[in-house]
Amino acid sequence: MTVKELANTELFSAVAMPHGEREINGVYIGDLLSWVMGRAEADNAWITIMSNNNILAVAALADTSCIILAEGVSLEDSIVKTAEEKGINILKSEKNAYEISVALSSML
Amino acid sequence: MSEVLNFHFVVNGEDFTSAGQASMMMKRNLRQLGMPPEIIRQVSIAMYEGEINMVIHAGGGEADVNVTEEYIEIILADKGPGIKDIEQAMQEGFSTATDSIRSLGFGAGMGLPNMKRYTDYMDIDSEVGVGTTITMRINLQ
Ligand SMILES: Nc1ncnc2c1ncn2[C@@H]1O[C@H](COP(=O)(O)OP(=O)(O)OP(=O)(O)O)[C@@H](O)[C@H]1O
Ligand SMILES: [Mg+2]
Repeated sequence: MTVKELANTELFSAVAMPHGEREINGVYIGDLLSWVMGRAEADNAWITIMSNNNILAVAALADTSCIILAEGVSLEDSIVKTAEEKGINILKSEKNAYEISVALSSML
Repeated sequence: MSEVLNFHFVVNGEDFTSAGQASMMMKRNLRQLGMPPEIIRQVSIAMYEGEINMVIHAGGGEADVNVTEEYIEIILADKGPGIKDIEQAMQEGFSTATDSIRSLGFGAGMGLPNMKRYTDYMDIDSEVGVGTTITMRINLQ
């Protein structure tokens, strides 16, 4: 499933989607950045509640297919703008990480 | 004789909300060189962890990346406080990060272990009160 297809489902909405064509191959959940850096796999969707600038570098360098902000977490406009510029996909959902994972497990 | 490409970056220690810029630039350089995605990812992860450590723990520093036919070498040098006990610092979960830094998502004590895990060679040269130089290599063949 692509990031764009996921963004079009009921549970999610796009925050930044410069590369909607990217394929999602699995999921990683975490808020501690160096755990994510070391354990997420390339092309995973990364579910987090962290909302500071540093998530952009982590997503770009660990090469995740998208960040999914859980529990309705929102980002400052400047962070969204940087994500667009750096080619980082970000979706959001009102659901928590568990509910998002359950939904993804039947979709992926 | 094999050709060597050098990339040099100054890592600003003042602003850790935008830290990771050197690693992001290096990723772009490696893409332009046509490096395999898995190699790019290894360099990105190892360099980012080292770059972030210089920002958080050492007030900034300098990064040099040398690309040869055999390997990619990342050298991170700072004039920070140094690491007192390297063996302890290398352990998963060990961190001296402050609460405010932890609130940003750092301080899990996984950075140095990640650097070790994603590289083929890693050396830490550190002296308390003088600084730290970390050399890492990722083999290309
Ligand atoms: N360049 C450095 N200068 C001084 N001390 C350092 C440096 N790099 C690492 N350290 C010390 O080693 C410890 C472990 O580093 P490591 O990167 O593994 O974890 P962390 O940076 O504390 O947390 P994380 O990387 O998980 O966000 C640090 O908490 C710090 O005390
Ligand atoms: Mg670290």
